Amino acid sequence: MSIFIDKDTKVVVQGITGSTGLFHTQQALAYGTNIVGGVTPGKGGTEIEGVPVFDTLRDAVNETGANASVIYVPPAFAADAIIEAVDEEMDLAICITEGIPVSDMLKVKRFMEGKKTRLVGPNCPGVITPEECKIGIMPGYIHKKGHVGVVSRSGTLTYEAVHQLSTNGVGQSTAVGIGGDPVNGTSFIDVLKEFNEDDDTEAVIMIGEIGGTAEEEAAEWIRENMDKPVVGFIGGRTAPPGKRMGHAGAIISGGKGTADEKIKTLQNCGVYVADTPAEIGDTLISSLKENNLFEKCLTHDPQ
Amino acid sequence: MNIHEYQGKELLREYGVAVPNGKVAFSADEAVEAAKELGSAVSVVKAQIHAGGRGKAGGVKIAKSLDEVRTYAEELLGKTLVTHQTGPEGKEVKRLFIEEGSDIQSEYYVGLVMDRASSRVVMMASEEGGTEIEEVAEKTPEKIFREYIDPAVGMQPYQARRLAFNINIPKDLLKQAVKFMLGLYNVYMEKDCSVAEINPLVTTGDGSVMALDAKLNFDSNALYRQKDILEYRDLDEEDPKEIEASKFDLSYIALDGNIGCMVNGAGLAMSTMDIIKYYNGDPANFLDVGGGATAEKVTEAFKIILEDDQVKGIYVNIFGGIMKCDVIAEGVVEATKQIGLEIPLVVRLEGTNVETGKQILEESGLNITAADSMADGAQKIVSQVQ
Repeated sequence: MSIFIDKDTKVVVQGITGSTGLFHTQQALAYGTNIVGGVTPGKGGTEIEGVPVFDTLRDAVNETGANASVIYVPPAFAADAIIEAVDEEMDLAICITEGIPVSDMLKVKRFMEGKKTRLVGPNCPGVITPEECKIGIMPGYIHKKGHVGVVSRSGTLTYEAVHQLSTNGVGQSTAVGIGGDPVNGTSFIDVLKEFNEDDDTEAVIMIGEIGGTAEEEAAEWIRENMDKPVVGFIGGRTAPPGKRMGHAGAIISGGKGTADEKIKTLQNCGVYVADTPAEIGDTLISSLKENNLFEKCLTHDPQ
Repeated sequence: MNIHEYQGKELLREYGVAVPNGKVAFSADEAVEAAKELGSAVSVVKAQIHAGGRGKAGGVKIAKSLDEVRTYAEELLGKTLVTHQTGPEGKEVKRLFIEEGSDIQSEYYVGLVMDRASSRVVMMASEEGGTEIEEVAEKTPEKIFREYIDPAVGMQPYQARRLAFNINIPKDLLKQAVKFMLGLYNVYMEKDCSVAEINPLVTTGDGSVMALDAKLNFDSNALYRQKDILEYRDLDEEDPKEIEASKFDLSYIALDGNIGCMVNGAGLAMSTMDIIKYYNGDPANFLDVGGGATAEKVTEAFKIILEDDQVKGIYVNIFGGIMKCDVIAEGVVEATKQIGLEIPLVVRLEGTNVETGKQILEESGLNITAADSMADGAQKIVSQVQ
């Protein structure tokens, strides 16, 4: 088991012929992801990397039965692409695009109310269920199949954590990047709920950063509902207020959204917080040992 | 992106939001000329910098004659204002806004921000005008009223009325207040603002509802479709290194420390600063070279770091996913060849093509300390800089 995606997920790539879309389609195909089609308006009827290209998402879904889409279209057109995926009732739409205007995302979120599709992102690395399905831009080879769920607002920091797990013999069930934008489709809580109900996930790593209060809300949810150990890390302890630290959502404003506040809340809610990003793996392993889960989560030989 | 008060008021006026008459001035002569044209008994001489708290810092003066306008203009232009938002180094005043004086009856607060938890734009209003909203939120949260706005239909008049009644704007000014709030919402949405704050909003003796100050910030992701806003950009208000970095699409923020950082990915870049601090070092900057950096981009990033005189050592921390380690290594070698390197450099490479990357660094003959992990690298650069 895993969450959101597995070997049976049929993926269509929106923006497949752009340089980013194409590069990551090649990478995903090499990983074994079941990519059944692509969409580039005007290029319908052609083929790229052996994948059929369609003019519209509707054509792609009708022809291939795809149930998930990944979006690589440029920021100015990304909201349109997401809404198209929601309108097509995809189970899952993963938007990698960085730089979508906030007001576009407000409208997208409004449109999504009451609709079926789960949106992950935007401005995220994507979702991977190791050795089954990789949708997004993460390096596949650092991931190993296993029982630790990972959810994060940051891409490279997720790779860092996953790498620490894999080199210590601890595999992952699914790793989900929810993205660094202030308005996104899937929250920490959405992913934590799924991990909590997933039989194959024994523990969770949650990586947050400054800005907003999503980590605090997740912490409260964990205290009330989570049956599995959670290890947290918050990036940006040294970030100055009022400055956007790369991610659109990573900004301390009006004294709100500081790392210290988030860490305090996480600790108060029973989350094991790693002091530095270098200790995420070790913190997880000691929490597994404390909960008698280490043997079960040791899925391969440490490197 | 930030703009000046006078630019914000120009925009507000376009959207039917009432503001006092005023003119921008770049010299004392222009200030006097502006005051003459306005012809009001009292003029306000306001320093234009991208920071709040100007009034308390002596950046706003009331002039009762043209001579006083000249005196204040000469005093303020070229002066460095230190407010609670500028940092201790302050900001030099290069522009003034000359505004007609207003007969203020009462002061209020009205602001628009995006609320992440609800994914809605929210208009906040309070009777406590002139005080910072954070302070009101802390001391008297019951005095802040909020209206969440549905993006499908936009702000509705009843919402504006409800706010106006809640903050006790005189009933005979209701129409003006509603027009003001709806206009402000339209500016916010149509111009892709991230913050639109009017503090204070005032009611005047002659029965108007006006913005006495205006703070408008814009969503940088949307600037591609807001060309007129982009023209308001004032490069004097930005850090020169940040401007240089933005030309190469690098995300750079200057800090006070002495260890330059070059990292890929925003989360990892932030955490690299954190881990340097954890080992008692001081980061000089945040720098995310992004996911698809070329050797050329890495070279430019390196130059920007080295141009900072405070930098006494550099830490390169790369987790190559899409970003290949050999590309980073080539960029580092190229940059050091071009500009020379007289300070310690610690490089930690992990991920795609890591072996090739390490080999390139070793064979370069440069004085580079290799690190095995993120923590190892941080400890090494901190000890070498001390």
